Amino acid sequence: MLGLNKKDTSLFLVIVVLTILAPLLLNPFPSETALAQFNAGYPDLMQRFVVFGIFAIGFNILFGLTGYLSFGHAAFLGIGSYSAVWIYKLFTYNVLPALVLAIIVSGFFAVLIGYVSLRRSGIYFSILTLAFAQMSFALAYSVLSNPKFNLTNGETGLQVYANDLQLFHRESLPDFPHLFGLSMGSTYKLGAGPWEFQFNVAYYFCAIMMILAFYFAIRLFRSPFGMMLRAVKSNQQRLNYTGLNSRPYMLAAFVISGMYAGLAGGLLAVTDPLAGAERMQWTASGEVVLMTILGGTGTLIGPVLGAGFIKYFENIFSKINDQVLHQWFTFLPDGLEDFLVAIVHPFIGKGWHLTLGILFMLVVIFLPGGLVEGGQRVERAVRRLMRRGKAADAANVSAE
Amino acid sequence: MAILEVKGVNKNFGGLAALSDVNLSVQESTVHAIIGPNGAGKSTLLNCLVGKLMPDSGSVMFDGQSVLGLKPHEINQMGISRVFQTPEIFGDLTVLENIMIPCFAKRDGAFRMHAFEQFAHETELIDRSDGILADVSMADQRDAHAASLSRGDKRRLEMAMCLVQEPRLLLLDEPTAGMARADTNNTIDLLKEINRKRDITMVIIEHDMHVVFSLAERITVLAQGTPLVEDTPDNIKGNPKVQEAYLGESQN
Repeated sequence: MLGLNKKDTSLFLVIVVLTILAPLLLNPFPSETALAQFNAGYPDLMQRFVVFGIFAIGFNILFGLTGYLSFGHAAFLGIGSYSAVWIYKLFTYNVLPALVLAIIVSGFFAVLIGYVSLRRSGIYFSILTLAFAQMSFALAYSVLSNPKFNLTNGETGLQVYANDLQLFHRESLPDFPHLFGLSMGSTYKLGAGPWEFQFNVAYYFCAIMMILAFYFAIRLFRSPFGMMLRAVKSNQQRLNYTGLNSRPYMLAAFVISGMYAGLAGGLLAVTDPLAGAERMQWTASGEVVLMTILGGTGTLIGPVLGAGFIKYFENIFSKINDQVLHQWFTFLPDGLEDFLVAIVHPFIGKGWHLTLGILFMLVVIFLPGGLVEGGQRVERAVRRLMRRGKAADAANVSAE
Repeated sequence: MAILEVKGVNKNFGGLAALSDVNLSVQESTVHAIIGPNGAGKSTLLNCLVGKLMPDSGSVMFDGQSVLGLKPHEINQMGISRVFQTPEIFGDLTVLENIMIPCFAKRDGAFRMHAFEQFAHETELIDRSDGILADVSMADQRDAHAASLSRGDKRRLEMAMCLVQEPRLLLLDEPTAGMARADTNNTIDLLKEINRKRDITMVIIEHDMHVVFSLAERITVLAQGTPLVEDTPDNIKGNPKVQEAYLGESQN
């Protein structure tokens, strides 16, 4: 289907179904119970799942296929956001032109940064991309934000003000990013007994974008172009001595991946119409590296899983506080309860990075292929058990 | 007609003259061997031919065109393929994909943005790759990971990758190094057949005299970066200078 083989088609359909049903699937706990805090089915978090999913899918096209580790991809994320907000400020809150500009501008910057950075490989490439990203951050944070020429609005972040031009804005249109009048902020709430499900326009818009992005990624992975990128990772020297110029292939991969990041940045501005410089900081670049490795580098679905995993734990663990812990351990004797809370305390709330770090280490050490490898191992173990079960049945039958 | 013409090539590494005033003329459709003791500059010369190294002076003409200053992929696109001393293949890719890459290079040139095309639709190239795999009797390993092949199979794969491009000149850097005698003889037969059937000119660097004398029509002896003599195998065998510089040494 759609030019995909059987296995890829089923993978693609799984992703489509999961993203469409996410508001239901991610809200398994009734809203009034204590477990409700583990629900992830609220718009803000789901939007982040899919947007960072796109970011990681794009990053994986570069890192997973060619092995070039960019440490500055957040620059494109920020550039995408700024571009989108500028469309809001100057023309319209319609998200389509905003996203188109986000992709074009980030693609343009990816050509420049990629052209220079790809002159080196390995750690030097990583450092060059990191340097460019930090320069972009500095530009956005201070240089391009002065009274005479204010492109980024510095520390405050770029946002839409009432006196902005907004050429094509009409009274009838919502004062929020919209798709031809359909506000991205509107949410349909569905109550079903003790459950409450939220269907948010921005989420579904971003989800469709991620499905498209995922589809393009599958096609790219399976194309001759994708094969060339894997060949770069495997043996660049052989590729050059086989009459292929690795540099334009690398640049194309870098730009595509930068445009994915730009799209993700634009979508961040779709869910919330502002852009800040911190989006370009090196921690944001590092985060997408973590997502990709955690999920499974070079696999199709890995980056999406990794993005979801990190964003979920970021939200859930940072929400848990000492009070919640006391509730959990309330069945224990007082002294023990306080002791346990004190031990767990550094790993929750603001300390959730500590938890993430430990999880990341565990994955890298025990599952070098990421969550995808974990899934494969479970699948294999289940198969083996089933085969053994069948063999046992067969033995029983023959014994009878 | 000389397809490859090397004139007055010098190459220094620091103070060391790796090549000094090397002249070499390879006739079309022949097998030309370059022999010489270790450190004679054979590999350096080869690297100067494929764009890996830039000679300090001199000229290298392939089919009337200078290759100096060109990038490796540009030289390859002119029709020069190279087999390395240790097999250089795409270990993470399957055997078929390894062969497909040079097919794409031959058909589409050094770069093409085929990101939205489908690998499975390239039936013509896949057929061609299957054909060459059958020629080197590797058809049953078609879907294996290249990294999992034995060393001998890796060599054959690399050879097949070069052949599928139908190069005009094939450069071989010790194609039988580390092979068992039987494998060596197979390789000799394969190379003979390639030279005869496909009319590919070959320049071969080799230590194994058995290989050299079974294949080469002309032999150049390099010693300390300079060509000592260039002659037919029979004359080389009897040449006292060569005996002294090379053969004598290896017989002792």
